[in-house]
Amino acid sequence: MRTVVVVGHGMVGHRFVESLRRRDDVGDWRVVVLAEESRPAYDRVALSSYLSTASAADLALADEEFLADDLVDLHLDDRAVALDRDARVVTTAGGRRVSYDELVLATGSVPFVPPVPGHDLDDVFVYRTLDDLDALREAAGHATARAGAGRRAGVVVGGGLLGLEAADALRTLGLVPHVVEMAPRLMPVQVDEGGGALLRRLVGELGLRVHTGVSTSSIARDHRGGLTVTLSDGSELDASVVVFSAGIRPADGLAREIGLPVAERGGVLVDGRCRTQDEHIWAIGEVAAVEGRTYGLVAPGYAMAEVVADRLTGGDARFTEADMSTKLKLLGVDVASFGDAHAVSAGALEVRLDDPVAGAYSKLVVTDDGRTLLGGVLVGDASGYEILRGFLGETLPGDPMALIAPAGDGVAAVGIEALPDSAQICSCNAVTKGVLVEAIRSGEASTVPELKACTRAGATCGSCVPTLGKVLTACGVEVSTALCEHFAQSRAELYEIVMATGLRTFSAIVESYGRGRGCDVCKPAVASMLATLAGGHVLDGEQATLQDTNDHFLANLQRNGTYSVVPRLPGGEVSGEGLIVIGEIARDFGLYTKITGGQRIDMFGARVEQLPAIWRRLVDAGFESGHAYGKSLRTVKSCVGTDWCRYGVQDSVSLAVALELRYRGLRSPHKLKSGVSGCARECAEARSKDFGVIATETGWNLYVGGNGGFTPRHAELLASDLDTVTLVRTIDRFLMFYVRTADRLQRTAPWVESLEGGLDHLREVIMEDSLGICASLDEQMARHVADYADEWAAVLEDPAKLERFTSFVNAPGAPDPSVEFVDHRGHRVPAGMKDGQPTSVAELGFGPRIPLRSELEVGV
Amino acid sequence: MTELADRTWTAVCPLERIQRERPVGALVAGEPVAVVRTHDDRVFALHNVDPFSGASVLARGIVGDVGGRPVIASPLFKQHFALEDGRCLEDADVAVATYPVRVVDGVVQIGSQ
Ligand code: SRM
Ligand SMILES: Cc1cc2nc3c(=O)[nH]c(=O)nc-3n(C[C@H](O)[C@H](O)[C@H](O)COP(=O)(O)OP(=O)(O)OC[C@H]3O[C@@H](n4cnc5c(N)ncnc54)[C@H](O)[C@@H]3O)c2cc1C
Ligand code: SF4
Ligand code: FES
Repeated sequence: MRTVVVVGHGMVGHRFVESLRRRDDVGDWRVVVLAEESRPAYDRVALSSYLSTASAADLALADEEFLADDLVDLHLDDRAVALDRDARVVTTAGGRRVSYDELVLATGSVPFVPPVPGHDLDDVFVYRTLDDLDALREAAGHATARAGAGRRAGVVVGGGLLGLEAADALRTLGLVPHVVEMAPRLMPVQVDEGGGALLRRLVGELGLRVHTGVSTSSIARDHRGGLTVTLSDGSELDASVVVFSAGIRPADGLAREIGLPVAERGGVLVDGRCRTQDEHIWAIGEVAAVEGRTYGLVAPGYAMAEVVADRLTGGDARFTEADMSTKLKLLGVDVASFGDAHAVSAGALEVRLDDPVAGAYSKLVVTDDGRTLLGGVLVGDASGYEILRGFLGETLPGDPMALIAPAGDGVAAVGIEALPDSAQICSCNAVTKGVLVEAIRSGEASTVPELKACTRAGATCGSCVPTLGKVLTACGVEVSTALCEHFAQSRAELYEIVMATGLRTFSAIVESYGRGRGCDVCKPAVASMLATLAGGHVLDGEQATLQDTNDHFLANLQRNGTYSVVPRLPGGEVSGEGLIVIGEIARDFGLYTKITGGQRIDMFGARVEQLPAIWRRLVDAGFESGHAYGKSLRTVKSCVGTDWCRYGVQDSVSLAVALELRYRGLRSPHKLKSGVSGCARECAEARSKDFGVIATETGWNLYVGGNGGFTPRHAELLASDLDTVTLVRTIDRFLMFYVRTADRLQRTAPWVESLEGGLDHLREVIMEDSLGICASLDEQMARHVADYADEWAAVLEDPAKLERFTSFVNAPGAPDPSVEFVDHRGHRVPAGMKDGQPTSVAELGFGPRIPLRSELEVGV
Repeated sequence: MTELADRTWTAVCPLERIQRERPVGALVAGEPVAVVRTHDDRVFALHNVDPFSGASVLARGIVGDVGGRPVIASPLFKQHFALEDGRCLEDADVAVATYPVRVVDGVVQIGSQ
């Protein structure tokens, strides 16, 4: 067995080990990883989310399987300090000496800190690791907590991609962010002058103070304990913290010390095999200068990792070219830059469209004949990015100017059809349009998730997912969104229509916007919309005709035509008295009684005409409907929390009860379930719910989009450490946004997955109000809460509604003769069970096939 | 058509008791029957037992149309039965019995076979 030592457990080093372990199926290689950081590799690209919504665990790249792998030794917190090429030994700061057959340098970069006076003061940071962010968070916390009026400011030195991200982070931490950029515009590497000017305006509108064309002269401690940052034009900024984001330098020290050649501007020189001059030493990721060129993005690094893993397992892969495209959504501003963005290729021409009113700037770089796309810059509206990127190096389908014309005529009109098969759709996983089309044509994939599974496209950063949908459509895979044969609209579109038009009866809606008389698909869907838009009882007027039988009888239909009754037990709490009442009802009506999987009690076997009498006794004892029948909130499961549990950090029961009472009766596209756990042990299984809450020392973490059932999925963290008021407001909006926009019978998990832009988009809409609809969502929820009334009690008070609870209109008291029960394990269950299976209906005496009427007539 | 005269008609309830597109159950000569009043005030009667489950529940289904034919959907497993002839749209071999209906002096009457 041979040993490969990997120095650095960052993103690229980790990808290398994974890839090698995957390829090395015979176990030829033992891997030793020496890591400087105290945590295993994590997603540095998503670093900033650590300050808003993600925990360190969410960012982790190494899973348990990896950490338990016998062939991988990971040594954390132990920096490699010396290399002996001849003996092939690495020495670490902790004194470990490791021999290697092959050595892979994956040490990444270090932030560049210009040596301005004061650069080494406390409260001056860089922005590269989780530890950096912990320190920054702590300092910002002190600053905002310090007594005295006014918001505190933070200064970011450097207005590139990372600088803007750091500025956004300062904003998240409650500081006013200033950005100091030496170049005359922001993001000088990626965007040109025109794009930079628009970018500056857009981020300015969002609260960033931008200073361009100036450098930082000094940083000094002021008399109140803050910092004063002096700029080259003499102006001064007061700041609580300073963050340097002035570029990165390859961490190539180990290679330099042993005399391996490095590139002019740093980086270990390697060839197309990613091998250094020493045939046993390789370099990958940001530390490598492939044929003299370094790359500051993760995708090229991953490609290098694959090359070396391939080489060590006998392959002959080479690093060819790298996609240097970037698209980011910073502070809600779209910026994309791809290919030769600065038109440095010989003879390159630029085509620009600057629309300051719409806030959009586009530039395409093309060959001198104007036919081949070389690169481009999009600011403000980057919706054309995926398609344009696909045309890189390809012949354009038309006049370049027409491609960047305002929406409707531009790229959108060209569409995916025009893209050549060689166009790369997913750059993270190098998947071309041709590969996708093949997967669709061969029948292997007909949905986006299937495409993801069989081609890996869309499985990494997700930015190409919208394009995958377009490829499907272009291949003629029609994904009809029509509700049913009566409505061509999707549920979301119909909801918009009903909301906007004020139409409040099914008849009026189907007459104006549909056709025919409706069916069992569209009627309950519209009933659900009317419930959240018009309110009132679900059995009022025409609404009653739209309800599924469960909603119609406010109980759950069972296989023999009887119903089950589930009273609400908010948070799963029930008193002894309450249990006695339930017990007495079950006894008196002969109901089968069972503890449900949802922390409450279900009574089965009630005939329609018994329902009101059962409700009467429940309502008199203070119970109400549990909506087990509705596409609506079911239970908010809870653990005992601080009331009883020695580990509880918050009162989970009180919150669960409050949430259950707030959202009870809310009609939605599918049922909704929730849970609240009093600590991270998660006894309420909140993460398997549509919205789940887990207590933290200082507040609540909110998870959304989970469920058990057919396709189990864990809920994902939407926001952390919320106070109760913010938590409830966020859930309000999450639910109402779901109610408005989900498909019929689409639970929150597939709904969240279907959102373009995913969880980030959801956060923007409901936490940052990017669509400007939060006030309306809040108002709609407030109305729901104010209008709630128990549906059972309302029926008991209304003779017209009560009249409906009979089996036979001409024999109101007569029980349905077809309902029979037998004894099973000492309990009462519907007749017709044999060996645990329902018997054939023939034995019930009705005949499985009732003869056609014509046959009957023949017999007469 | 001669047998029409031999039928026994059972009065079920005033037409006004039946909401449009919201059927009721009735007992006719001991058999459970679903009585449906459509949006255009036609009245149909079908045997109430859902042949797929054996449960007496058709009257609790949703009324509408499929491909222009008026139907009722079984509340249990959602198969559609044509109101006019009781045929199941999903399985041509299956049908439920239908019964003649007339409205006399505002009262719905159902004829036995
Ligand atoms: C009674 C109960 C089983 C039990 O005896 O424990 C039950 C019974 C039914 N479940 Fe359930 N589910 C019950 C807990 C669950 C749970 C567990 C939970 O809530 O923690 C799950 C998995 C969690 C989840 O939903 O994410 C569950 C996943 C389902 C599913 C699958 C949903 C999915 O997204 O895949 C269905 C089918 C559906 O809704 O389309 C379903 C549907 C049903 C229906 C409504 C099926 C039907 O139409 O007849 C059952 C009738 C309920 C009734 O008659 O009262 N039931 N069902 C539980 C009632 C809980 C309550 O107190 O309200
Ligand atoms: C805030 C931020 C946002 C970013 N956004 C994007 C983006 O949107 N898109 C994109 O493509 N890229 C982005 N990047 C860049 C991306 O993170 C890097 O390209 C990628 O992490 C490089 O991987 P690497 O493994 O080469 O280096 P790193 O991930 O930096 O890993 C190197 C590791 O080696 C360790 N190390 C160094 N020296 C030694 C030693 N002597 N001994 C042991 N260990 C050592 C380091 O501590 C580090 O853990 C971003 C970076 C940051 C900081
Ligand atoms: S989740 Fe925590 S607080 Fe709640 S019961 Fe479990 S251990 Fe106790
Ligand atoms: S481009 Fe990142 S997943 Fe496809």
